[in-house]
Amino acid sequence: MSPVLLSVLAALQMAALPIAAGPTTAPQMAELPGGEVRPLYLTKDSPLTPVAPFRLDMTPVTNRQFADFVRQHPRWQRSQAVALFVEPQYLSHWQEGWPSPEQAEQPVTYVSWYAASAYCQARGKQLPTVAQWEFAAQASEQAANGSTEPGYTRRILSWYARPSTATLSTVGQSPANYWKIKDLHGLVWEWTQDFNSGLVTGESRGDSTLDKGLFCGSAAAGSADPSDYAAFMRFGFRSSLKAPYTLGNLGFRCAQEMADENTDTADTAGRL
Amino acid sequence: MKLSNIVTALGFTFALSAQAASLPVIDAVLTSPPMVPPPIQRDHAAKVVVKMETVEKVMEIADGVEYMFWTFGGSVPGQFLRVREGDEVEFHLSNHPSSKMPHNIDLHAVTGPGGGAAASFTAPGHTSVFNFKALNPGLYVYHCATAPVGMHIANGMYGLILVEPKESLPPVDKEYYVMQGDFYTKGAYGEQGFQSFDMDKAIKEQPDYVVFNGAVGALNGDKALTANVGETVRLYVGNGGPNLVSSFHVIGEIFDRVSVEGGNLQNENVQTTLVPAGGAAVAEFKLDVPGNFILVDHSIFRAFNKGALGMMAVDGPEDKIVYSGKVAENVYLPEGSAVQSMPNGHPKLVANSKDDQLLFGKRVYEANCQACHQAEGQGIPGAFPPLAGSDFLNADTNRAIDVVLHGLKGPIKVNGQAFDSIMPAMRLTDEDTANVLTYVLNSWDNKGGTVTPDEVAKRRDEGKTIIMEGSAH
Repeated sequence: MSPVLLSVLAALQMAALPIAAGPTTAPQMAELPGGEVRPLYLTKDSPLTPVAPFRLDMTPVTNRQFADFVRQHPRWQRSQAVALFVEPQYLSHWQEGWPSPEQAEQPVTYVSWYAASAYCQARGKQLPTVAQWEFAAQASEQAANGSTEPGYTRRILSWYARPSTATLSTVGQSPANYWKIKDLHGLVWEWTQDFNSGLVTGESRGDSTLDKGLFCGSAAAGSADPSDYAAFMRFGFRSSLKAPYTLGNLGFRCAQEMADENTDTADTAGRL
Repeated sequence: MKLSNIVTALGFTFALSAQAASLPVIDAVLTSPPMVPPPIQRDHAAKVVVKMETVEKVMEIADGVEYMFWTFGGSVPGQFLRVREGDEVEFHLSNHPSSKMPHNIDLHAVTGPGGGAAASFTAPGHTSVFNFKALNPGLYVYHCATAPVGMHIANGMYGLILVEPKESLPPVDKEYYVMQGDFYTKGAYGEQGFQSFDMDKAIKEQPDYVVFNGAVGALNGDKALTANVGETVRLYVGNGGPNLVSSFHVIGEIFDRVSVEGGNLQNENVQTTLVPAGGAAVAEFKLDVPGNFILVDHSIFRAFNKGALGMMAVDGPEDKIVYSGKVAENVYLPEGSAVQSMPNGHPKLVANSKDDQLLFGKRVYEANCQACHQAEGQGIPGAFPPLAGSDFLNADTNRAIDVVLHGLKGPIKVNGQAFDSIMPAMRLTDEDTANVLTYVLNSWDNKGGTVTPDEVAKRRDEGKTIIMEGSAH
């Protein structure tokens, strides 16, 4: 084969890829060094869960970004998505099948765990684990672990008190935390990879670990810390979910293992 | 599958469906407070289908104060549910799509782990269904039990379910639904605007609001409960808590019968009944006289400072034998109305100048007069006349001395406003009386001048209680 033909082929190949994949729009990522996170309901003496270094999207995925994904992977269009993987409410907030200009920079909601997972995989990422998410979310603006700062929990809890009928604001409006990550609290709930391994059965007093941690006098010292309230709610919320659920307050962002330096594992077909 | 297995399976299926088919299916009637569904007329069990929705919504907790309530059926307390002992209940719990939280329901009338909580755990925009049989009659609380359970209750997620006994309840003329709850807001009681949940206060059990039916004034004014003289009223009283126990009392009534804690124990002639957090009571009473009867939590600061006040307006003819109303009001002048001096070894300060008089007089005023006539002498319209710029005061200094020494009673006009009340004789020394009058005459645009102890002594001998023309008695 002549060198000319080879180079033409190479050029074609390079040009062909973006055409096939379209613009791979996704949030920018922040690097987190990893560390330890205290699992919910456990006392101060319990072992901590280690978290390896990872990257995390700085903002939740927006309607615009998700619409780009859907364009590239028509099987995730509202009209074509498999009913087993998405509830009927899937992307129901998009009029005419696509987000309106006002919705473009709002976090995408009404997406199932399957759809969120497919998006992340198409970008060479995964949904964050609960441990990764909680590790990133315990940072305040000033510290990697700000959960003991005064006002930290109060700010999170105040979100629960706001009426949810108000229009979602666009992503990135809240102050960045210590890791330069935004909107972990106060915008939408977010899917996690292992959401359904939570400890809450839905009957808050029936969960044996919760019984021990919260209601039995002997072990209450560790979790009597009232700042656990916001965490109780997140874990409670996660455990109420099933993977096909599509809710108006539930979006997602993606994470990436640090070892995974290149993105050539990206599943551009958007397969599960 | 072997034939015998198939037969067994078929037999089971048949038995289950036959049992279900034997019960008539009825849709439950749900009512928002203070209303109660009508008494059950059935003499047999039924399959009762209940459809309840959890909704998170902003409502007023007091005039001008908004709060994000989490509710069963859009009200606090949630809808009243009425079934009959032995009924089989098919419960559909739907969580509104706009909810931020998952919710569930624990009905204390359910026999089974969690009272239905785990079975009814529901994400926003979903519905859960579970079944239970109402085995025990009584009045029961239901509430949300999702973690953190205290916060779900503190935001208003509770209500009552009545399981009527098979022999049914004796008929009464009126039935009402009243439920107490305590609330914890970032701002203090009455602070205007949107107030969010305060976790620290909740954990310390220091509520800003203690209210009946979800808001200050929910049972006042034109929302008062109503009844007529001669009628018997049954109140289904619940307490959602989350923290406080209620000392439930109706001012001016005695409960003829109380079903203690909502169970079978009947008590009679009860003044105040205890309603535990997460508990209930049924109070019945016959109305003998008309008027406004005030519902309170007799842990009484809650009633006057945190909102635990309701009202039942009773219409009908008076019965002066049972209750006369006020038949007389007279001035009470005990013997020796002059001051009883308590010698304490310190020589009493004597005013040597008008400045002294003003200084000492101000102290006397603050100790004896200010509670009614107010700090700036402005009085309280309709109750206590003003002393500031008062035409009545300035017109006649001798009369003013007499009012302080001997008292005044009956209708007067001050600066054009009518007052009809009593000013009691003050037990002050001549010196204190002179000082306080001098202070008042030289304050708040009054005419000035001085009053001396000698003048006061003279009026003490010569003056007397002033009874105005038109005084009632």
